[in-house]
Amino acid sequence: MLENFREAFDGIWSHKLRSALTMLGIIIGIASIIAISSTIMGTNEQIKQNLVGAGNNTVEVALYQGDYVLDPTYQQVPEYVRPLTEDILPDITKIKEVQDASLFYRRDAYGMIWYGSEGLNQGSIYGVDEHFLSVSGYVIRCGRSFLPEDFKTFKKVALIDRTVSETLFMGANPINKTIEISSEPYVVVGEFTQNTAFTPTITSINDYFTYTDHSGGKVLIPATTWPTLFAYDQPSSVMVRAGSTDEMTEAGKQTAAVLNGTLTGSGDVTYKSKDLLEQAKKLQELSNATNRQLIWIASISLLVGGIGVMNIMLVSVTERTPEIGLKKALGARKRKISAQFLTEAGVLTCIGGMLGVLVGIGLAYMVSRVSGVPIFISWYIVAATVVFSFVVGLFFGAVPAVQAARLNPIDALRRE
Amino acid sequence: MIIQLDHIEKTYGSGANKVPVLHDVNMQVEEGEYIAIMGPSGSGKSTLMNILGYLDTPTSGTYLFDGQDNARTGDARMARIRNQKIGFVFQSFHLMQRRRAWENVALPLMYGNVRRSERKRRAEEALCQVGLEDRISFYPNQLSGGQCQRVAIARAICTRPKLLLADEPTGALDSKAGQQIMDIFDELHAQGMTIVMITHEHAVAERAKRILYIYDGWLREEERV
Ligand SMILES: Nc1ncnc2c1ncn2[C@@H]1O[C@H](COP(=O)(O)OP(=O)(O)OP(=O)(O)O)[C@@H](O)[C@H]1O
Ligand SMILES: [Mg+2]
Repeated sequence: MLENFREAFDGIWSHKLRSALTMLGIIIGIASIIAISSTIMGTNEQIKQNLVGAGNNTVEVALYQGDYVLDPTYQQVPEYVRPLTEDILPDITKIKEVQDASLFYRRDAYGMIWYGSEGLNQGSIYGVDEHFLSVSGYVIRCGRSFLPEDFKTFKKVALIDRTVSETLFMGANPINKTIEISSEPYVVVGEFTQNTAFTPTITSINDYFTYTDHSGGKVLIPATTWPTLFAYDQPSSVMVRAGSTDEMTEAGKQTAAVLNGTLTGSGDVTYKSKDLLEQAKKLQELSNATNRQLIWIASISLLVGGIGVMNIMLVSVTERTPEIGLKKALGARKRKISAQFLTEAGVLTCIGGMLGVLVGIGLAYMVSRVSGVPIFISWYIVAATVVFSFVVGLFFGAVPAVQAARLNPIDALRRE
Repeated sequence: MIIQLDHIEKTYGSGANKVPVLHDVNMQVEEGEYIAIMGPSGSGKSTLMNILGYLDTPTSGTYLFDGQDNARTGDARMARIRNQKIGFVFQSFHLMQRRRAWENVALPLMYGNVRRSERKRRAEEALCQVGLEDRISFYPNQLSGGQCQRVAIARAICTRPKLLLADEPTGALDSKAGQQIMDIFDELHAQGMTIVMITHEHAVAERAKRILYIYDGWLREEERV
């Protein structure tokens, strides 16, 4: 076995130029596969990150009417929906994929929030519990967060995000200013923001509409003060944080299932998760479909490379006919001879494959530089392509190997 | 009796292209004999040798080697017999240029599944036997023709075969180098090796204890006086 590899390297090394040219087809084939797949996976990763956000892993589970979130400002809540209480949270955090959960109310803030004559046209108002900020991955940028007393003593305090701050205060310091929410005075105590400064990567106008958040600003108030502004029995939503990005779908589904268990009847209003991961998958499918064609084209060059290998191995068998004859005369069996040529073909294409991987990674980096699309190199794919190129060698080396093994030792020895 | 040929015929080709090469060849070789086969070019010497060495099978007739009829036993068994019981020496050495002397010698041991460490030891031993103990790690292109042929002999004997077949072992050498080769054959014969050698040269054939002649595929024996 070791001997086979030694002979293979000998054979390849003693015809460096020829071996290099033979490998070229394999190198090009593998390089394009690596470059294409790295770009595809990079694009996919980008889509996922753009939609899902970087590392937040939060999933919102809310009441939906059909495909749209039910907003009690405009829509009637059916009888069978019971208001949720804190008691449901342990059931939710019990779910394997869920790390933390928070209950909140939400309404469209249109025309409801004012500071002097400046009003908020877009955005939502949230009635939140103590967990909400940490579950959602929000941090306080300036001012303070809600304190336990704020909840206990029904304090009319509010947290706002950057969008709201800019709309209402035009860059002035919002802290300790009093805003009006549904005609009630609320004191702004802090400004919050996403803990990861994540901005989606936008490479086209489509990306802009797909990924940019158009929901306007967010205003948070203690959930305990919510009933004074709105109805007591308004249904709430749940925000959960999944253990990892890949668990988001499951976390959302399980939570929705728990919440749907509280419904006392059935209709077209149910709890559903806003599944960004699922959405990302759909977008990925689209980009995959086009790129898969490219892989096929790359495979053709691999095929051509394989035929080149077969051709050169046939030449090599002819060249080494006396050597094969000698080995047979000395007692080498057919399978020994064929193993030698198979090994040589396999080693040749395997080296070609490895060089192809290097070239492919280089190409991918270049594409990424030019187009701005990130790349993602999967070591699983790298290993698979190297193994695959080895298999290509074995496949196309089979004919020459059998031919060598079949040589009649006398004829082979006679030829000089 | 190590070799017994009965009515061996060998015909190449078929139909109109039939070329009869050996006709009714009968031959016996005792263990430890040293035989030379002579004959004009094209008379069928190499053909006979290939049959003796299990590189080829006769068209008809029986060949008993070491008391066994191994005719048409298939590639694997024939390879095994060649590997373990027969040593070949060719006119043109047939050494692998990218292998050191000892690696060339060890080649048949590898096919016989001898352990690595053992291979080197036995190859060196065989090289000593042909007087090349100081050329063990040389490459063939660093050796003279005579030395190359001695490496080839070492390769033939390192498996300790029952039969040594040599097809014009001195054909490519000058008379002095040829002499050395013949001395080695004499020595091997003295140690009890059975040798069948093809040669064109009378001086070389004289060294053998028995000479067979072949003309147009007909084998004839001439007792020495
Ligand atoms: N494969 C073959 N097909 C047809 N004829 C063959 C084949 N091999 C050998 N012959 C013929 O058999 C005859 C004997 O060949 P062989 O090689 O045995 O001669 P030789 O006695 O060894 O000659 P030399 O002394 O030149 O080596 C020749 O006439 C040759 O043409
Ligand atoms: Mg001949």
